[in-house]
Amino acid sequence: MTAVVVTVWTLVCRVDQLEPERGAAALLDGRQVALFRTHEGTVHAIDNLDPCSGAAVLSRGIVGDRGGVPTVASPVYKQVFSLLDGTCLDEPEVRVDVHEVRIRDGIVEIATPWAGR
Amino acid sequence: MTRELVVVGHGMVGHRLVAALRDRDTDGTWHVTVLGEEDRPAYDRVALSSYVDGRTEDDLSLGTHDDPLVDVRRATSVVGIDREACEVRIATGETIGYDALVLATGSVPFVPPVPGRDLLGCFVYRTLDDLDAITAAAEAAMARPGPGRRSAVVVGGGLLGLEAARAMRLLGLSPHVVEIAPRLMPVQVDEGGGALLRSLVERQDIAVRCGVSVTGIADDRGRLVAQLSDGVELDADLVVFSAGIRAADGLARATGLAVGERGGVLVDDRCRTADEHVWAVGECAALEGRTYGLVAPGYAMAEVVADRLLGGDARMTPAELDMSTQLKLLGVDVASFGDAHATTEGALPVVINDPVAGTYAKLVVSDDAATLLGGVLVGDASRYAALRPLVGAALPADPVALIAPNGVELGADALPDSAQVCSCNAVTKGALRSAVAEGAHTVGALKACTRAGTSCGSCVPLLKSILVREGVELSTALCEHFAHSRAELFEIVAGAGITTFSELVARHGTGRGCDVCKPVVASILASLGGGHILAGEQAGLQDTNDRFLANMQRDGTYSVVPRVPGGEITPDGLIVIGEVARDFGLYTKITGGQRIDMFGARVEQLPAIWRRLVDAGFESGHAYGKALRTVKSCVGTTWCRFGQQDSVGLAVELELRYRGLRSPHKIKSGVSGCARECAEARSKDFGIIATETGWNLYVGGNGGFTPRHADLLVSDVDTETLVRLVDRFLMFYVRTADRLQRTAPWIEAMEGGLDHLRAVIVDDSLGICADLEAAMAAHVASYTDEWAGVLADDEKLLRFVSFVNAPGTPDPTISFVTERGQPVPAPRTPVLIGIPEVGS
Repeated sequence: MTAVVVTVWTLVCRVDQLEPERGAAALLDGRQVALFRTHEGTVHAIDNLDPCSGAAVLSRGIVGDRGGVPTVASPVYKQVFSLLDGTCLDEPEVRVDVHEVRIRDGIVEIATPWAGR
Repeated sequence: MTRELVVVGHGMVGHRLVAALRDRDTDGTWHVTVLGEEDRPAYDRVALSSYVDGRTEDDLSLGTHDDPLVDVRRATSVVGIDREACEVRIATGETIGYDALVLATGSVPFVPPVPGRDLLGCFVYRTLDDLDAITAAAEAAMARPGPGRRSAVVVGGGLLGLEAARAMRLLGLSPHVVEIAPRLMPVQVDEGGGALLRSLVERQDIAVRCGVSVTGIADDRGRLVAQLSDGVELDADLVVFSAGIRAADGLARATGLAVGERGGVLVDDRCRTADEHVWAVGECAALEGRTYGLVAPGYAMAEVVADRLLGGDARMTPAELDMSTQLKLLGVDVASFGDAHATTEGALPVVINDPVAGTYAKLVVSDDAATLLGGVLVGDASRYAALRPLVGAALPADPVALIAPNGVELGADALPDSAQVCSCNAVTKGALRSAVAEGAHTVGALKACTRAGTSCGSCVPLLKSILVREGVELSTALCEHFAHSRAELFEIVAGAGITTFSELVARHGTGRGCDVCKPVVASILASLGGGHILAGEQAGLQDTNDRFLANMQRDGTYSVVPRVPGGEITPDGLIVIGEVARDFGLYTKITGGQRIDMFGARVEQLPAIWRRLVDAGFESGHAYGKALRTVKSCVGTTWCRFGQQDSVGLAVELELRYRGLRSPHKIKSGVSGCARECAEARSKDFGIIATETGWNLYVGGNGGFTPRHADLLVSDVDTETLVRLVDRFLMFYVRTADRLQRTAPWIEAMEGGLDHLRAVIVDDSLGICADLEAAMAAHVASYTDEWAGVLADDEKLLRFVSFVNAPGTPDPTISFVTERGQPVPAPRTPVLIGIPEVGS
C-alpha cells in the first residue's frame, strides 16, 4: 500500500478583497486560516488560531516586518509571528502552521493536503 | 584518524554534550555513537509537564544531530561495559568499541518499596511514555460509569510531585499529594515558606497531606486504595510516584567503577571517572561525591567534557553547581538560593511572613549580620534576581528592608564586581562591565557577547540597570524601523506635513513598520487631524481595538462602550442599551468610568449593534483608543447638599470638548463638586475639584500598576481659565510624551518637573500656548463620531466580517456559558494554569 498525497487547492477569495498590509480570516473546512497581503503584493497564509491566547484572531494583528521578515503581531498578547514559516519570533518554541498559497486568475487559492490511497 | 566516542544516554545532557562537541570539533576528530533507551529523539524533560497541556513530542524535541559524524541509535539498551576491551555490549549482543565513553544515563524514579507498588494503575513520572500511559489511564477513569469524583494519589510533594498533581488536575482528576516531609518542596523551602506554599496549592483544589508516608497500595474492586502511615486510606483511580530520583549508575557499578555514598558515578572536577577513558555527566554523575538533579549543572558538565575530549583544560567551578532555583509552579512563585536552610554556623534567619498578601520571604545572614548567605521567597519572587547575586557579599542595606514591601529596591549598584548577575551562564557583574566598556551598549549586545540573560531571563532588568550605571544612554528609538522617539516623530510629521505612514517610513525610517511604530504613527496622524482613523492606509496602522472600534477580549470577541458624558444618562438611554444588550445576547457591566460595557460581541455583529446605538443618539466612547476615556463626576450642586459648583455640567462640557483626542496613552479625568472628592478626580490624568469660588486643577494622577495622586497645578480659577489650561496641558502632552507614557511619568521625566510644566502652560515660558490652544480648537471643530463614520461608508463596513469567504458565519471557536444569569466565555480545555519554568 502506498499512500498518495494529493494537494487540493481551495478557492478562497479574489486577491483584490485582501487589502495591502492587512489580514483577513478564511474558513476552510472547519479550519481557520489568516491571509495577509504584504506591501509587495505577496499573499501569505498561516493558522488564524493564536496559540498564545487560544483565540482565533491572528488575521486581526498588525502586519509589519522584523529585520525584513514579514510578520504579524498577535492582537491579544502581541507575540510576533513570521509569515514565512509561522515561527513565533518572541517565543521560539511556539509556532503556527503555514499554508501554501497560489493566485490564479486573480483568485487566492490555499493548499489543503488530502491523503488518499 | 577519527576516534570513536560512545555516549550512553540520549537525554538533555547527553544531547548537549554531542552538540557542544560537534560545534567545536571542526576537524572531525571524533565520531560519536549515541545509545538511547527511549525510542524518541532527545526532548526537553524540564518541560515534561507541558505535554499534558497539549505540547507535542515535536514541540519538546531538542532537535536531531543531522551530522555524518553522529549516529543516534534509539531504543537501544546497553547491558554491559568491558573496560579492558574498551567496548560496550547492547541488548542484541552486539558490541561497540570506544576510545572514550561518556555515561549520561540520567536517573530513574525512586519508588518507595511498599507492597502493591506494581499494581495496575501505579505509575512513575519521568518520560513521555510515562505521561502517555498516565493520560490513557486517566481517560479510562473519567470514562468509567458511576458516580463520584475521579481521583489520583501523588506520592511526593517536591517539585516533580506538584507538577504531577497539576497534570492530574488537567486530566480531570482530583489530586491528593502525600509528602513524607513535614512540608511541600522540602529541599527548596523552609517550614514557613512551606506552610504558605501549602495554602496556595490547596487553594487550587489540590489536597495536601504532609508528614505521612504511603505504606501500601491495595486493589479494591478495580480501584486502588493508598494506605497511609497515619491509618488514613485514600481511594484513587491512579497512583503516581514522584518521590525523587536516584542516579542511574547500574552500568558503572557492574563494571567496577566507584560510586558515591548516595549513588552516582564518582567523577573529579573534569567529570572523569577513575578510568581515563570513561566520563560521566548529568544526573548520573557524583561530582566530588554529590549528585545534581538540575539541568544547568548537567549542561556545565557536558561543556567541560566536550572541552576535555578536544584537549582543553576546562573544570567545573563551584558557581556552576549553584543550586539556586526560581520557578513558577501552579502559578505560585518559589525561589531559593544559597544557604536557604541556614545550615551555616551562627547563621541568622530574617523572616517576613504575610499570610494575607500570600507572600513569605526569608534572608539568611551571617552571625554578624554583615553578609548575605541565602534565602527563600514564596508567593512573590520578584526580588530573586537582585538578591541571588549578593550571596557571599556584604549586605547593602538592613536585611529587613531588603525583603519588606516598599523596602529598598536593589539595582546593579549594590553588587560587587565579583557577584554573578546571570547564574544560568555564570556571568559576573565585572564581566558585564568590561563588555559594556568594549562597546556592548544594548541589552541585546550584552546577551550576544556574554550569554547573560539568555536562559531564564530573570537578570535582564539588572542588565539594563548596569547599562544605565555605566553611563550608556538607552536608545530612545521607537523600534527597528525608526531611530526617533515618539516626540521627535511628532515634530517631523507636523513640520513636514506628512499624511501617510508609507511616506514617513520611506523618508525617515526603514522596512515596513511593526506593531510598535504603526499605532504610534496612526495616533500622531489622528492628533494632527488626519481624518477618520480607518480611512485608506491608516486602517492598517491601527491596533486591533482601533481597527474595529471596540475592545478585543481574551476569546477574540469585543466589548462595546457608548459614550455617557459625565456619567449622566437618561432613562430612555438606559433602556436602549439594555435592549441592545438583550437582543444581541451581550454581557453587561458597569465600568469604573461611569458607563456601561457590553461584552461578547462578534466582529460581524459590531455594525448592527452600533446602528441601533447611533440611531438612538449614542456615539463612540473611545474605550478602545489611546484617547480621552471619561470625565467622571459627582452630582455637585445639582443635587448634593454639600456641592459647591456644578460638577456634572463641567464634566459633560469637558468630555464633549476632548472626546476623540488621540494621545500617547489613554487619558482619564474627573470633576468633584466639593473637597469631599466623590469623583476621585485626583486619581486622574487631569482632575478638577470645586472650591467656593471656582476650580482647582490637578494633573498627573493615575490608578493602575503604580497608583499616584495628581498634583495641584493652579487653584481657584474660573471655568474659562480652567478650560484654556486643560487645552494647553493636553496638547502639550500629546505632542511631547513618549509612546504609552501616562501623564504622571511624562511630568516626572520632564527636566524641572511640575514647576517646568507650570511655567510652560500657565506662564507661557516657551511662547507656545497660542499654538497649543489653536491646535485644540482645530480638534474640537473637526470632531465627528467614528462609528457614525463607519456606518455611512460601505467600504469600511466591508471589513467587519468574520471570514472573507463566509462573511456572516460566526467564529466557531467562540462559545458562551451562563454565569449569574449572563453569558460569559466558555472555558477552553485544557485550562492552562501556568507551565512550570525551572531556572537555576
